[in-house]
Amino acid sequence: MGKTINIQPLSRIEGHASIEIKLDDQGNVADAITHFNSIRGFEKFVEGKPAEEVTRIVTRICGICPWHHHMSSVKAVDACFDAEVAPAGHLLRECMQNMAHINDKILHFYFLAAPDFVMGPDADYSVRNVMGIANAAPDLARQVIRMRQKSQMMMEKFAGKVIHPIAGVPGGFSKPMNESQRQEMVEDSKELLEFAKFSIKHAKEEIFPKYLDLVTTLGTITTGFIGTVDKDGSLNFYDGKIRLMRPDGSFDDFEDTDYLDYISERTLDVSYGKYPYAKSWNEGFSMDLDAPKGIYRSNCLARINCCDQIPTPLAQKELEEFRKSFGKPAQHTLLYHWARLIELVYSCEKTLELLNNPAITGKETRCTVTPKAGRGVGHVEAPRGTLIHDYTTDENGCIKTANLIVGTTHNLAPISMSVKQAANMLIKNGQVDETILNKVEMAVRAYDP
Amino acid sequence: MAVNVASEWLNSCSGCEIAILNLGETLLDLLPKINFVHIPVLMDHKHLGQLGDKQHIDIPKATVGLVSGGIRNEEHLEVAMEMRKKCDIVIALGTCATHGGIPALINSVTNEELFDRYYATESTDSGAQVPTKGISPLLDRCYALDEHIKVDIYLPGCPPHPDQIATAILALLNGETPELPFKSVCDTCPTKRMGKGAVKGIKRAVECPEFDPDKPIDEMRCLLEQGYLCMGPVTRAGCAGTNGEAPRCISARVPCRGCYGPVQQKGNQLLDMLNALASNGIDLSQLPDRDSLLRFSGAHNRLVVKQGKKTRR
Ligand code: SF4
Ligand code: SF4
Ligand code: SF4
Repeated sequence: MGKTINIQPLSRIEGHASIEIKLDDQGNVADAITHFNSIRGFEKFVEGKPAEEVTRIVTRICGICPWHHHMSSVKAVDACFDAEVAPAGHLLRECMQNMAHINDKILHFYFLAAPDFVMGPDADYSVRNVMGIANAAPDLARQVIRMRQKSQMMMEKFAGKVIHPIAGVPGGFSKPMNESQRQEMVEDSKELLEFAKFSIKHAKEEIFPKYLDLVTTLGTITTGFIGTVDKDGSLNFYDGKIRLMRPDGSFDDFEDTDYLDYISERTLDVSYGKYPYAKSWNEGFSMDLDAPKGIYRSNCLARINCCDQIPTPLAQKELEEFRKSFGKPAQHTLLYHWARLIELVYSCEKTLELLNNPAITGKETRCTVTPKAGRGVGHVEAPRGTLIHDYTTDENGCIKTANLIVGTTHNLAPISMSVKQAANMLIKNGQVDETILNKVEMAVRAYDP
Repeated sequence: MAVNVASEWLNSCSGCEIAILNLGETLLDLLPKINFVHIPVLMDHKHLGQLGDKQHIDIPKATVGLVSGGIRNEEHLEVAMEMRKKCDIVIALGTCATHGGIPALINSVTNEELFDRYYATESTDSGAQVPTKGISPLLDRCYALDEHIKVDIYLPGCPPHPDQIATAILALLNGETPELPFKSVCDTCPTKRMGKGAVKGIKRAVECPEFDPDKPIDEMRCLLEQGYLCMGPVTRAGCAGTNGEAPRCISARVPCRGCYGPVQQKGNQLLDMLNALASNGIDLSQLPDRDSLLRFSGAHNRLVVKQGKKTRR
């Protein structure tokens, strides 16, 4: 056996992971393993806690998408307590849910992924980062930082806390939005929409064409997809049926309460993370690159593939253009970045639509609910995929059991496979340098664990 | 001359790092004065060298080391020790680093109990085993940073407010020691207080407090006086930043849950809160879950396992 290369830690991603590449005597890849190294045990330690408190505890699963955990969790608790949800409360939640996507996409595209494209995958690591971009393209950097900040602060100003939010409550939302707050947010959202339009145009002109060969090869695998759609098959981040699509584009739609019939999680000896797979396809689980079994992907590319259409005009136009070039479902891994920008446009448009709904300033935002025994499944689309919180409560309304499938988790198997594909493709005859290893990591950054 | 800064995240959620990014343009203005030598969230410097061929974790020397997250596995411990070795000043960033934070809630159960549940949830294939290859073994519990390494500056908050992060960094850039006030959340809360003894019981947070949304927050009655468990009295102030706004949860009209940890670094939010409630004549038997009072500060042996069940503190 030849040498082993350890890429540790993976960087410019959200979580804690490392890659181990084993080379054979000829210096070719014998195996490439991605280790996911985080286990905190939320499913265990929320047991016994009052369910309404858990909605403000599970936010700490992720500081990048805390809103989405918060939303899934309040939806699950609503269901456990058979709570009625005030209509304005629903609208406010949905609005925050979409706003939180805006920030995440700016962060992911510009801070985590863009350095590979703006500075180039072969730039030195000391400049291949957002600080490097700040020096090389100061105007763009300032604009990005301002827009990201704006999207965060508009939420914080209204809803109290943006990282680890608290304003979602069982039965609705903790407080109403008044007219002046609404107007201010409309103005901010319009500015964000302009920035989203700029971003996708800029990427389509300056970035993707330059790296087209990488985009269509690096980390590419063939899988199914998962995402949430409305009754009419439109993309929806907040509510709807879960669509599980096979690699050939055929699919099943199901209610989140039935997720156990469709999804199972496999464990591996090399990772704390669990690997969901499509149990309903009845083919088992395999990460074999040539004959994968049960493998599907989540996150933006998956949603873009799953939906029949996007219900806002500009994003729909982008989707049509995207589908013309790459088909449905599109499989190339780096297309995640393109899909991310389409979703950036959608989340801005959708936010504006919700803010322009007069019912959003309704005074009644929360119903009083009574803790009780029950089971509730809440799901939303988090930036990194379909996020499911499943709780049962005892007669005091305290958690008896919790089962969580986090957006990223759906992608753990695909990430591991894309890493292996990239390593196989790029490392030959012992030839390996920092650029090559960074490109292997780019396969991860497309998804971002 | 720019100051070298290294940053690491251990048992963390990335929220502290996002709080740094939420400095926005302030961060951009600070950047020329800061030279990041290691920060995995933004930059590709690797522990084991860029080609992954070193044997031991190696972080470049830095004047300031920012560490978020508590210590939960052997790798966290190794990284924390390396940061201590390489950085002149270590800042514990966020309540996970200063007091264990939410992840320290796991300290009421054993690792075996955790694994028993985690590898046998409703959606997990049966027969799952605890992994052993290439992943870092868990320590017996979740530790705050100062239980393993010396910490120079404590910056609690889940996450800390960007204003406080900026204040601390600016002070260090000027060669000063940052000073954070030891006040309670109540000390910075504008709600109306009418006096003790108004409530006898504790309401769960499923009931709506009374307030008029069209009126400013200083016309809302204190949530504790309305009968909600609000941990403002035993929690360190700072979440509202420096421009005089109301504590963040109170501004959203929900009670404080203590995310900044105790007012004094060594304080005990559980004991202090029970005292505060008892001295107001509030019936403690109605608390649905006492351990929740330590939900942000369960390290330092405050939340411990006892014969498969919690208690002792
Ligand atoms: S202190 Fe809070 S924000 Fe920071 S890492 Fe811990 S959980 Fe996340
Ligand atoms: S108890 Fe809560 S609501 Fe009352 S003053 Fe303190 S922080 Fe404000
Ligand atoms: S009010 Fe309390 S729980 Fe809320 S952010 Fe402030 S310190 Fe944290």
